[in-house]
Amino acid sequence: MIEYLTSRDFIILIIKIVVIFGAVMNVVGLLSWVERKVMARVQMRPGPTRVGPFGLLQPLADLLKFVFKEEVIPTQANTFLYIAAPLISLIPAFLTFAVVPFGPWLQVTDLSVGLLFVFALTSLGVYGIALGGWSSNSKYPLLGAMRSSAQMISYELSLTLSVIGVLLIANTLSLRELVISQNSTWAGFIPRWNIFLQPIAFVVYVVSGVAETNRLPFDLAESEQELVAGWHTEYSSMKFLMFMMAEYANLIAVSSVATILFLGGWSGPMFGPEWLQMVLPIVWFVLKIGLFVFFYVLLRSTIPRFRYDQLMRFGWKVLFPLSLANIVVTSFVVAIT
Amino acid sequence: MIPISWYLILGAVLFLIGVLGFLIKRNIIALLLSVEIMLNAVNLTFVAFSTQHGQISGQIFVFFVLVVAAAEAAVGLALVIAMFRNRESLNVDRSNLLKW
Amino acid sequence: MAVGAAINVLVQKHVLYSALSVIVMLTAVSVLFVFLRADFIAVIQVIVYAGAIMVLFTFVIMLLNLPADEDGVDRLRWLKFIGIPLGLFLLFLIVATLWNVEPLRATRAEMVGSPKAIGTSLFNDYLLPFEATSLLILIALVGAVVFAKKDL
Repeated sequence: MIEYLTSRDFIILIIKIVVIFGAVMNVVGLLSWVERKVMARVQMRPGPTRVGPFGLLQPLADLLKFVFKEEVIPTQANTFLYIAAPLISLIPAFLTFAVVPFGPWLQVTDLSVGLLFVFALTSLGVYGIALGGWSSNSKYPLLGAMRSSAQMISYELSLTLSVIGVLLIANTLSLRELVISQNSTWAGFIPRWNIFLQPIAFVVYVVSGVAETNRLPFDLAESEQELVAGWHTEYSSMKFLMFMMAEYANLIAVSSVATILFLGGWSGPMFGPEWLQMVLPIVWFVLKIGLFVFFYVLLRSTIPRFRYDQLMRFGWKVLFPLSLANIVVTSFVVAIT
Repeated sequence: MIPISWYLILGAVLFLIGVLGFLIKRNIIALLLSVEIMLNAVNLTFVAFSTQHGQISGQIFVFFVLVVAAAEAAVGLALVIAMFRNRESLNVDRSNLLKW
Repeated sequence: MAVGAAINVLVQKHVLYSALSVIVMLTAVSVLFVFLRADFIAVIQVIVYAGAIMVLFTFVIMLLNLPADEDGVDRLRWLKFIGIPLGLFLLFLIVATLWNVEPLRATRAEMVGSPKAIGTSLFNDYLLPFEATSLLILIALVGAVVFAKKDL
């Protein structure tokens, strides 16, 4: 046991975990800045500009504000669940990054059922919201939590079904293998990404991903106009920060899984010297995730919110049959060729 | 490596706790939860034996047990809702109309 | 930890805490499945059991909005006094029987529970039970909707 703890593999593993975890924490903060800037520019105003150059230190200022705010725990709240709910929301969101391959050599662990592991964590994330709403013991959070949990479990179905088309093509559940299977090209320069093979699945997955992370246009649960702040009404400072971090981390997780499944992960043109070739895959991966994140933020600033029954109807009557049809068609095509 | 009997004993202990819960608790949902514990203990035993003999059929059966547990939980909860609507209480002792 | 969570299910008064303890127990058993090299079943258990079935339980508990359990039914006194020693005796019997089961064989090379193996076996040898379970789920779905409706 001791010789494993001091062996080279273990130390490399620890370094990988620290690097990935640190990067994700920083990006979550950066993401809040990106969101505010992009939303502001879409609405033709500058956004945060005072704190640091281009407002880049704004997340830091927000963090300090959250740390120094007073922690309010309502007396009618269920204390244990109230404190545990943000953690239950946060831990699965961050745990997803344990299986995401950022590059050919930067992946914490490569489970043979990696993709299912990601979906399992998404299922567990529902509890954070449901318990957060319940434990606050007041009507707005409960309503928001119920709606949000129902929405999340409905769209979880189309999320998982839409990737079965990709699995039929790639024949593996491990995320690393999924990326490697998209490394070749057709006609020499068109990369063999799954988005060209499975466009419907791509659309269904992206839309379900928006619904899963409770972002606009599906954010009934935290809608600012209807329910004061939805399920995190009664939360203040650190716990609220954890919920927000969980939401952003979920967003990045969904984007990275979409990149791996449909856009080919870290594949991209390789050039330059040896050390550049080591770093370049990660750069491509981050750029592709950035593409998705940008798309999600644009979506938030442009589209109005769905009503609850429209949302449920869309999930069950449109996306679910669409993903099933996709599976049937894909299996026919795969069986024939 | 951990001998297989530890897993079997753990399964047996979990099963017993499920049985005890089923006998002791009066809330219907708690009874359903105890049934889930029992089913899970059985799953553990199945998987342990499947690994010991190196065959996959144990895990296939776990798959089916999982599906049956899901179906049973759904119907059971629907019954609970119907019962609650009629009686306003989830105490099993209150649903004793069939008792002599 | 699985045993601790399971005992917690019995101990807690409010049924929501019991449901949460069951979720903890399910994840603990899922980790045990991974130790037994059945990782597909482990992940499926978390997705289906802890992710969907227990969400159903949690929803129902939250919607029915029950107070903490009513207490003081004295039918339980003698049950506790007799039941727990009997349970321990049963436990002793089971442990004594299972103590000498033969240890794991040394087939450590390949993974028994890979999705490929499960899929192959499920669709070749066990096709009929598979279709039967889909029928079962359909029946359960219809049954649940019928039972939960207010006006038939």
